[in-house]
Amino acid sequence: MHKYANPTRFMKIANTVMPWTTAIAVICFVIGLPVALYTSPPDYQQGDTVRIMYIHVPAAWLALMAYMVTAGGSAVFLIWRHTIAHVIARASAPVGAVFCALCLFTGMLWGKPMWGTPWVWDARLTSMLILLFLYLGYIALGDAFDDQERGDKAQAVLALVGSVNVPIIHFSVEWWNTLHQPSIVTMQGLTINAQMALPLLLMVGAFQCFYISVVVIRLRAELLSAKIRVARQNLAASGVPVAAE
Amino acid sequence: MEALSEFFAMGGYATYVWTAYGLALFGIGGILLISLKSWKAREREFTALRGPSRQ
Repeated sequence: MHKYANPTRFMKIANTVMPWTTAIAVICFVIGLPVALYTSPPDYQQGDTVRIMYIHVPAAWLALMAYMVTAGGSAVFLIWRHTIAHVIARASAPVGAVFCALCLFTGMLWGKPMWGTPWVWDARLTSMLILLFLYLGYIALGDAFDDQERGDKAQAVLALVGSVNVPIIHFSVEWWNTLHQPSIVTMQGLTINAQMALPLLLMVGAFQCFYISVVVIRLRAELLSAKIRVARQNLAASGVPVAAE
Repeated sequence: MEALSEFFAMGGYATYVWTAYGLALFGIGGILLISLKSWKAREREFTALRGPSRQ
C-alpha cells in the first residue's frame, strides 16, 4: 500500500481512472435524468416529489463517503505522514460539502410538501447539518494557519474528531425516534420498487463517478500549488525578485 | 403539448421538484467549474514561475 504514497505514482493511476469515471458519470446522467424525471412512476403517497429522492439520497451517500475519504486520508497522514493522503483529504472536502448542502436543501424541498415543514430538529437532519459545519470548518481551517505544517495537522485532527458524526448520521434513524424514514438499503436488499431503484442507482453511479473525476482535478490543482510553493522558495533563494501572490 | 405541460407540472409539485433539480445542476456545475478553473490557473502560474528560472 505504501508504494502508492508516491504522489507521481498515485497521480498516474488517478489520471488513468479519471476519463473512465467521467465517461460513466456522463452516461449515468444522460440515462438517469430522463428515467428519474419522466419514465419512473410517481409514488402512490408522495406523488412526483419522490423524484427529489433521486438527488437527495445519492447526495447524502456521497456527502458521507466524501467525509470518510477526508477522515481516512487524514488518519493516514497523521499516522504515516504521507502527504498525498492529506492532499486527497483536502481535495475531497469541498466536493463533499457541496453534496452535503445539496442533500439538506433537497430534503427541505421534499419535506415542505410531504411533512408540512422543511425542517425539524430531529437526529438525522441535525447530524447532517453538523456534517456540513464540519466540512466548512475543515475548509476554513486550511487557510487559517501561516505555518503550513501546523495548518495541515490541525485540519487532519479536525477531520478525525468529526468522524464520530458519521456513524451517528447513519444510525440516527434507528437510535432515535425521528421523522426521517429508515434506510432503503438493508442487509435484506433494497426495500423499494425496482422501477424506483433504477433511477436511484443511476444517479448514485453518476454522483460517485462525478465525485472521483472532480477530486482528481482538485488533486492536480493541490499538487501544482505545492510545486508553486517550492518554485517560489527556490526563486527567492536564488535572489530573483518574485512578485507577491 | 399536453403531455409536455403535464411533465412540467410534476403532479402539482413543479416548484419543489424543479427547484431541487435546478439546485443539483447549480451545485454540480459550480464545483466542477471552480475546480477546473483553479487547476488551469495554477498550471498557468506554475509555467510562468518556471519560465524565468530556465533561461
